[in-house]
Amino acid sequence: MRAYLNGNEAVAAAVKLARAEVVAAYPITPQSTIVEKIAEYIAEGSMAADYIRVESEHAALAACYGAAVTGTRVFTATSSQGLAYMFEMLHYVSGCRIPMVMAVANRGLAAPWTIWADHQDAVACRDTGWIQLYVETAQEALDTCLQAYKIAAHPEVLTPIMVCLDGYVLSHTEEIVDVPDQEAVDRFLPPYRPEYKVDTGRPYVFGVGAGPDVYPAFKFYQQQSMMKAKEVIKEIDREFANLFRRSYGGLVDPYCCSDAEVILVVMGATAGTAREVVDFMRRQGERVGLLRLRSFRPFPVEDLKELLRGAKAVAVLDRDCSFGYEGVLATEVKAALAELPARPQVAGFIGGLGGRDLTPEDLAGIFRQCLAGVRRLDKGEAIIIGGGWQK
Amino acid sequence: MIKIRELPEEELVQGSYACAGCGGILAVRLALKVLGPETVIVTTPSCLLGVTTFYPQLAFKVPCVNVTFPSTAAAVSGVAAGLRRRGKKGVKVVGLAGDGGTVDIGLQALSGALERGDNFIFICYDNEAYMNTGVQRSGATPLGARTSTTPVGSVGRGEERPKKDMLRIVAAHNIPYAATASIGYPQDYLTKVKKAMEVEGPAYIQVLSPCPPGWGYRSDLTVKLARLAVQTGQWPLAEYVNGELTVKEIRNPRPLNEYLAPQARFAHML
Repeated sequence: MRAYLNGNEAVAAAVKLARAEVVAAYPITPQSTIVEKIAEYIAEGSMAADYIRVESEHAALAACYGAAVTGTRVFTATSSQGLAYMFEMLHYVSGCRIPMVMAVANRGLAAPWTIWADHQDAVACRDTGWIQLYVETAQEALDTCLQAYKIAAHPEVLTPIMVCLDGYVLSHTEEIVDVPDQEAVDRFLPPYRPEYKVDTGRPYVFGVGAGPDVYPAFKFYQQQSMMKAKEVIKEIDREFANLFRRSYGGLVDPYCCSDAEVILVVMGATAGTAREVVDFMRRQGERVGLLRLRSFRPFPVEDLKELLRGAKAVAVLDRDCSFGYEGVLATEVKAALAELPARPQVAGFIGGLGGRDLTPEDLAGIFRQCLAGVRRLDKGEAIIIGGGWQK
Repeated sequence: MIKIRELPEEELVQGSYACAGCGGILAVRLALKVLGPETVIVTTPSCLLGVTTFYPQLAFKVPCVNVTFPSTAAAVSGVAAGLRRRGKKGVKVVGLAGDGGTVDIGLQALSGALERGDNFIFICYDNEAYMNTGVQRSGATPLGARTSTTPVGSVGRGEERPKKDMLRIVAAHNIPYAATASIGYPQDYLTKVKKAMEVEGPAYIQVLSPCPPGWGYRSDLTVKLARLAVQTGQWPLAEYVNGELTVKEIRNPRPLNEYLAPQARFAHML
């Protein structure tokens, strides 16, 4: 069925199709309309789930955790300060290997107080042991939520997933979305029935204490699962493509990269604008490309090496900042390419903070600046690319 | 009325690392004899967690879900909802937390869960300070008590504020059942656990659970002090049933000194 949906409605539709059984949430802009929509589904009887109206985001995730250990499929959503408030629980959920899905409608963090998009909230949760997938469109938000339930519950992964969609730009913008049939989704996504669950007949402890003798083992297996997830994310994207005829490339989504001199790396909805800019500049004869990073954790080092090795310069556009250094993604891309023998120059740019528009001119400016650097390099002059850039 | 003689022999918590004379583990052990095996415990980093569920130990013979310090009651709601979705009827979901995890950091989540009216029992084992981290004061520390963050010196005279009246806070949520109890009066305590099991909706029990290292007394005095707290009027045995308050009357209260004198935390007051 084709429908006009914004990103939040697309997420809600996916959660319903995934047959989530317990939803706990606290309202926060720009996430709220996701859980409002789910509440409507439950109220009208089209979705069979318990809706726990909690008093905070910390409690939302604790309630989801409690419900998940009884063997139910759960969902929550948040943004910004709410995600920050969940931070402690994020580790509990990932450490207990709860395969849950949470939508994060990305939004900047206060102060100064803001409700508009950037990636600071989710990027700051990089090391919480959650898989983070960033989407470009409402369609991808829907499809990725369905994929996420399957990836998270894969027996070799068992890791929670954040599906990150840019606040307002995706959360509140409507597009035509193909909503799959329930029957097809049921074929793709079987019910969640974990091996270990709360059962008075077979008592287990969830969230044990661990001394220095065994704590590292828990973390070792967590890391192994996260590395394994790279393969699983790709595999499930292929499986999804077979059933629904849509694919997002798994970990990364390259566009015009094979012969590009300059490649721009972004996450999220900015990729939509960047695609247009690449097309425009290609028509002008510039060899530019785009690499949209879909999976921020696990970090697709191998794919980045493969796709970026031929470029002369790589521009990384972060919608976040690791204060005192640079954009987080820029650091990560540099590290990923460090081992390449003839590696491209990598320039970090920070933009689009707190909902500031990233216009086609801005992105074209980044490309031109990098191309100019590359040209100087061709002439044997010293290269000076980027550094800090702000609108 | 619970008859002690008729309690089952079976222990649902054993093999714990609790200190000798631990009032907290006694409170949990006794409650489980009434709650029975169809129980799920939800608990939080605390003395209880520290002594019962360190990998690969499982001192509980019932499922145990540990969650973050502020979130016991929120996870209770989740477990209750999950069991409901799975069609598991007749399983009691019991939140267990110390006074810090109940009256301080856990208060918000508890308030939320009480307000939602979920069917659960919340037992606060009150040892009147943060014992697991080294006896720091909590909102449940009584006036004058010495703790590691309310030390006694030339200026400091121990805890400066009276104990938080948690029973009234809980009762103000208009829940069907709320009570205080003491491990020194097991029949009264276990009868209250039984009543809590029988109500539909949230039930709250705050049970006084003396702590030998935290209070500074000989570990064989736990039960005696838990009785003296009641007999000296320091720990009223109170009960709200559908909003009606009853308090056990203490005829001929014993001198306060009998309760305070054996405890190092009050030594500066005597």
